[in-house]
Amino acid sequence: MTPAVELGWWGVPIAVVGGAIRVSTPYLFVSLGETLTEKSGRVNLGLEGTLVMGAMSAYAVAYLSGSPWLGVLVAGLAGALLGLVHGAVCSLPRVNDVAVGIALFLLGTGLAFYLGKPYIEPSAPRLPHVSLGAWSASPQVRAALEINALFVAGAVLAPLLRWALRSTRWGLVVRATGDNADAARALGHSVAAVRTLATVLGGFLAGVGGSFLSLYYPGTWNEGLSSGQGLMAIALVIFARWNPTHCLWVSLLFGGATALGPALQSVGITSNYYLYGAAPYALTLALLVWSSSPKQALAGAPSELSISR
Amino acid sequence: MLARAWAETAVLTAGALLVTLALFGAFVAARGLDPLAVYAALYVGAFGTWFSLEDTLTQAAPLMLTALCTAIPARAGLLVIGGEGALVVGGLVTVLAGVALAGAAPALAIPLVCAAGALAGGGWIAAAGALRHFRGVNETISTLLLNYVAIAIMNHLVTGPMRDFEQVLKPASWPVGEAFMIGDIPGTSIHRGLALGVAACAAAWVLARRTTFGFGVDVLGGNERAARLVGLPIGAMVLVTCFLGGAAAGLAGAVEIVAVHGFASASLAVGYGYAGILVAFLARQNPLAVIPVAILVGGISASGGLLQRRFGLPDAATLVLQGILFVAVLASHALHGRLRAFRARPA
Repeated sequence: MTPAVELGWWGVPIAVVGGAIRVSTPYLFVSLGETLTEKSGRVNLGLEGTLVMGAMSAYAVAYLSGSPWLGVLVAGLAGALLGLVHGAVCSLPRVNDVAVGIALFLLGTGLAFYLGKPYIEPSAPRLPHVSLGAWSASPQVRAALEINALFVAGAVLAPLLRWALRSTRWGLVVRATGDNADAARALGHSVAAVRTLATVLGGFLAGVGGSFLSLYYPGTWNEGLSSGQGLMAIALVIFARWNPTHCLWVSLLFGGATALGPALQSVGITSNYYLYGAAPYALTLALLVWSSSPKQALAGAPSELSISR
Repeated sequence: MLARAWAETAVLTAGALLVTLALFGAFVAARGLDPLAVYAALYVGAFGTWFSLEDTLTQAAPLMLTALCTAIPARAGLLVIGGEGALVVGGLVTVLAGVALAGAAPALAIPLVCAAGALAGGGWIAAAGALRHFRGVNETISTLLLNYVAIAIMNHLVTGPMRDFEQVLKPASWPVGEAFMIGDIPGTSIHRGLALGVAACAAAWVLARRTTFGFGVDVLGGNERAARLVGLPIGAMVLVTCFLGGAAAGLAGAVEIVAVHGFASASLAVGYGYAGILVAFLARQNPLAVIPVAILVGGISASGGLLQRRFGLPDAATLVLQGILFVAVLASHALHGRLRAFRARPA
């Protein structure tokens, strides 16, 4: 076996594919959570704060208990708690859900920095991964095919959530609440309760997505850990047309865009490193411009949604 | 009638402040600190001494301008949260203009340099307004994304094309030029940007309340269908309000350059844009109310240092306080028109 096959330029696409799988996980969880919340007719723009809070609490709990999976669970619960605050405040009359989301974005980030200060130094145990690249002699290929356990969980969850929204009684209630609140009310469901529950579950998923950041990749906790993945994931939901399986593909696309800068850096192109950092945001914006229309609401959009009206 | 509405707003805002202080008190009490001592330090650090008051007002200046970035488009029914990006772009263009005008008479060049920054910030947010009007792209999400694009562009420029290699501590751009620095208000250490902030808020208030354009914008913000039916120029209103809001935030960036830093660097993006959103909502999108609210929020930020020194609280404590305040104020909106004391009595 020859050690370290020289890959040259082939290193770039391989690193992008590997990066796509690695980087897409937080996008995937946040976008699945937001899809569920938005299907019920409410927008939670605060998931960026939830993501950071999840990252911090997962790291702290994994460090204190030694179990990364306990960290993932606590991250989900912290996210669910923030979701509960969002859901409860938005259930009051005449409260703008977009504004509450921005408030919780600030509060979640602030809380995470405040509570997470003591955990910046110590190192916590990391989440396991599955190696699918053992057949290859190239270390780059092997690194690219290290699939983390949370990505697998998310990839299973996406079609599951799609099925649940489409084919179960629960899914019907959520969709009815999101498409016509009066109809849901006439069927005897509490609109506020359904939406709050959808926001709590969405927050749980976003918190789990945050745990990936601190426990797998980049795998530490610091205050610059998230760079807007939670916000991009919300735009991503629009592009995925509120379809959970599409969220999976779009997350991979975004992961690839995010991995572009580091991949080019690895072959020695470092000159415009920061500009490549703008790629995922510019891509999000371009996709939004392309997929929006001034004439009508987007296909698949829940009609009660404040941002699609 | 108007007095009653003012009183209602004042009472509800004060109530939200009290709830916030109670929650924050519980929060620090959980760390074993005495809440009353923390409140006292919060007051001293914000307004208690001349030095802290100067610091508070210096922090409030950019907040007034970034708050307008949310407050002006909000009157037309738009939720713009791109103040951070417009501030960064404004700061970068200010440096470029300063370098281009090097050697010109300061009395002429300083207004030009600041106008360039404002123009750039205005164009930045107006682009989001255009996307909204012509393509139906949600302005909240687009302005949020533009924040990150602006910061990436700034990082690119200050580490590459605009890098000043004389600055060794951190990547920073060329200086705007010592001659173009505007300095402090005489007799204080508060920079002149505060006057610009107050003037911009006053001008925005006049525009909103005393002009036909401002009235039309309020109609659009209240009911888009009604605005369409009476034939208001909706597209122009969306673009102009977005431009003016962005120009205010761009001016904040210009002020940060010509009054504080002298060059562009990562210290432009320290969250004034995001805190400005809080100020705008606390002020209920009223440009005049922005002035006192910006001083209040600036005071919270300014007291962070004292809380850190005296109680060992992390610097993010002020962020937590601002976040709780934001949620409490939004929740208090639900009570508007619900309190019997403020309801109009039947004649």
